[in-house]
Amino acid sequence: MTVELGHYALVLALALTIVQSIAPIWGARVNDERMMASATYIAPTVFLLLLFSFVTLVMAHVGSDFSVKNVWANSHSQMPFIFKISGTWGNHEGSMLLWLLILGLFAALVAVFGRNLPPTLKANVLGVQAWILGSFLVFVLLTSNPFERLGSVPFEGRNLNPILQDVGLAIHPPLLYLGYVGFSIAFSFAVAALIEGRIDAAWARWVRPWTLLAWIFLTAGISVGSYWAYYELGWGGWWFWDPVENSSFMPWLAGTALLHSALVMEKRSALKIWTVLLAIMTFSLSLLGAFLVRSGVLTSVHTFASDPERGVFLLLILVMFIGGSLTLFALRAGQLQAGGIFAPISREGALVFNNLILSTATATVLVGTMYPLLLEAVTGNKISVGGPFFNLTFGPLMIPLLIAIPFGPVLAWKRGDIYAASQRLFAVFGIALLTAIFSYALLYDATILSALGIGLAAWLMIGSFAEIQLRSGFPKNNLKVAWRRVTGLPRTVWGTAIAHFGVGMTVLGIIFVSSFETDSVKILKPGETAELSGYTMRLDSIEPRIGKNYKETVAHVSVMVDGKVVDVLDPSKRIYNARQQPTSESARSTFVFSQIYLALGELKGDNSVILRIWWKPMITLIWLGTIAMFVGGAISLSDRRLRVGAPKPSAKRAGAVHAKV
Amino acid sequence: MTRKQKRLSWIGVLGLVLTIAVGLTLYALSSRISFSLDPSELLAKNVQPDERVRLFGLVKEGSVARGEGLNVRFDLTDTANTVTVAFNNILPDLFREGQGIITEGVLREDGVFEADTVLAKHDENYMPKEVAQSLKEKGLWQEAGK
Repeated sequence: MTVELGHYALVLALALTIVQSIAPIWGARVNDERMMASATYIAPTVFLLLLFSFVTLVMAHVGSDFSVKNVWANSHSQMPFIFKISGTWGNHEGSMLLWLLILGLFAALVAVFGRNLPPTLKANVLGVQAWILGSFLVFVLLTSNPFERLGSVPFEGRNLNPILQDVGLAIHPPLLYLGYVGFSIAFSFAVAALIEGRIDAAWARWVRPWTLLAWIFLTAGISVGSYWAYYELGWGGWWFWDPVENSSFMPWLAGTALLHSALVMEKRSALKIWTVLLAIMTFSLSLLGAFLVRSGVLTSVHTFASDPERGVFLLLILVMFIGGSLTLFALRAGQLQAGGIFAPISREGALVFNNLILSTATATVLVGTMYPLLLEAVTGNKISVGGPFFNLTFGPLMIPLLIAIPFGPVLAWKRGDIYAASQRLFAVFGIALLTAIFSYALLYDATILSALGIGLAAWLMIGSFAEIQLRSGFPKNNLKVAWRRVTGLPRTVWGTAIAHFGVGMTVLGIIFVSSFETDSVKILKPGETAELSGYTMRLDSIEPRIGKNYKETVAHVSVMVDGKVVDVLDPSKRIYNARQQPTSESARSTFVFSQIYLALGELKGDNSVILRIWWKPMITLIWLGTIAMFVGGAISLSDRRLRVGAPKPSAKRAGAVHAKV
Repeated sequence: MTRKQKRLSWIGVLGLVLTIAVGLTLYALSSRISFSLDPSELLAKNVQPDERVRLFGLVKEGSVARGEGLNVRFDLTDTANTVTVAFNNILPDLFREGQGIITEGVLREDGVFEADTVLAKHDENYMPKEVAQSLKEKGLWQEAGK
C-alpha cells in the first residue's frame, strides 16, 4: 500500500509544482506580494512530498517487497542491508527519483534560506526551478514510474548488478546529483535575472555560494566515482575519458569557470552577461550529461541504467531548457549593461584568462564526446575518440592555466603589476625549478617532460600559499605579527589557497602515475613469487570462500620488501549466486601515497592463477587533491561574507545596474 | 594602457587560445581517433598495418583457444564474416563465447587481429551498441528472452 502512497505523493508534488511554476512569476510581473510569497511555502512542501515518496521506495527495497517491479528487478533478499538501500538508486527509475528529490531539496533551500533575496528575484528563481522540477516529474510519472507493481509476486528478486554492490554506489550518485542538480540553482538565478532584465553585483553575491555548494559536491562525486571505477573495474585506471566521465567533467569545468567569473562580477561588477551565459551553459551541460548517460546513445563502460526510448523524452527536456534559456538570453542580454574592459594584468584579468581557458577546454571535451555521434549520424562511419585525443587537446590547454594559477591571487584588482607579482613568486619559481632539476637527476627513468611536470606541480602547490605569505608580511614582520595577520585573513583566502594546492596535488599524482607506473602479468602457483619495482609478491595459497550472496576464489598474496612481509592482499574472483555473474575484486596496498594494485585473471585449472600487478606511484594524490579542493571550497563557503543566507546587500547596491524597461 | 590597447590585447589572447585549441582539435581528430568496425567492414576496408582500429562482434562459439601463458585466440564474427583475434593479457570477467565484445588493436599482415584491449561490459544483458546495431542491420538481432 505504501508505494501507492509514494506514487500519489509524486502526483501531488507535480500539481503543486505546476502552481509554483506559474503563481510566483505572475506575481512578480503584477507585483502581487502574496502570489510571489506562495513559492516560499510550496517549495518546502513539494520537497517533503518528494522525500516521502523517496522513503517509501527505500522502504520497499529494504523490505524486499518483490511485488514492486523496481525492487524485483534490482534487489535480492540475500543482499546486505546497505546495498538494499543503495540499490534504490542503482537503477534508472530510482535514480531519477533521487534526481527529483535533490531538485526539490535545492528549491526548498532557496525558499528557506533566501529570506534576504529581493522578493521578485526569489519568486522568479523558485518559479524557474519549478519548471525544471515539473518537467522531470512529468518524465518520471509518464516514462519511469518506480512504483509499478507486478501482476504476480515473484518469490525472489533478480539481484542488483554485482558491480554496483559496493559502498561506492551508496556515496557516488547522491554526491554527483547534488552537484549536477545544484547547478540548476545557478541556472534559475540566471534565467530569473533575464526575466527581470536586471542584474547587479548583489546577484553574483547570491549565486556564488550556490555555485560553490554545487561545485564542492560535484568535485567529491567525480572523485569518488573515479576511485570506485579504479578499484572495482580491475583495470587499474582512474580516468578513461569515457563519454560518461566526460559528461560529468564538462559541468565541472564550466562550473569552475562560473565560480571564478562570479567573483569578478561580485567584486568589480563586470562580466555580467558572460556570467549569466556561463550559468546557463553549466546546467545545460549537466542536462546533456544526464541525457547522454541515461539514453545510452554513446557506448560507455559505466552506464548502468540506460534506456533509449526514454532518451527521446529527455532530449525534449534538454532542447526545451537549453533552447528556451538561450533564446531568452538572446532577447534580454542586450538589456544588461556590459561592464568595462579591464587591464589584462590584474586580478580580474587573471580570472578572465581562467574562464577563457576553462571554457575552451570544456569545448574540446564536448567536441571529443559528441563528434562520434555526429559523424555517425552524418556519414555512418563509426569511430571512437578516446584518451589519445583528449591528452593531445585538453592536456596542452591546461598547461598555461596551471602556470597562471599562483599569479591570480597575488595580482591586485584593477591594475596589477606583473613585475611585482613575478618578484613575489620568484622564490616559488626557484624552488619549483630546483624540484624539476632534482627530479630529473634523482628519479629513475625520469624524462625532461615528467621532471618539468613535477616542477609545475611544485610551483602550483607552493605558489598557492604565496598570497597568504604575502599578506602575513613574513619574513619582514616577526612571527607574532605574521601569525596574527594570518589568522585574521578571511576564510576565502584560505579556501582559495587550499583548493589551488589540491589542484597541484592532483597534477603531481597524475604526472607520477602516467610517467612511472609499472605493471606485470604473471602466472603463479602457490609458493611462487613475482617482482615489480622493488616489491616481491608471493602467492601463499588459493582458497574458496563463501560470502553472503556470492562464492569466491581468493588468492592470498604476501607483499614483501627486502624479504620482509609488509602486507597480505586478497584479490578474488567472485560468482554471485543470483544470475551467476562473475566479478573480480582487486586488492590494494598503500605505501604513503603509492599503491600496489593486484587483480586476478582467469583461474587456470592446474592450481595456478593469473595475477596482474601494478605499481602506482603517488596515485592517491589524485584523489587526496580533490579532497583538498573539496575542503577549500567548504572553507570558502563557511566565510561569513559568503553565507548561503547572503547578508543584506551593502551600499554598493546603489550602483546596481537597472536595465531600461 | 589605453582602452584600445586593452581591447586589442584581449582579442590577441582570445585569438591565440582559440587558434591553439582549434588547431589541436583538428589535428587530434585527424590522427588520434580510430574507426569502429565489424569483421565485414574490417575485411572490406583497406586498413593500414599500423592503424589502430576498434573491432567489435560476437565471440564465435567453440573458437576460444588458449595457448602458452596468457596467450589466447578467438574468432570474432558478425555472422557473415569472421576475423581471428590474438590477445595476450587478462580477459575481462564477462568474456564468454557468444558474448558481444569490443577489441582494440591492429590488423597484422597475416590477417590476424592483434588486440591489446578487450572490453566486455559488466552487465550480462549488455551488448555493445555497435554490435547490436550491426546485427540488427543484418537481420540477425534477437530480442533478449526470445
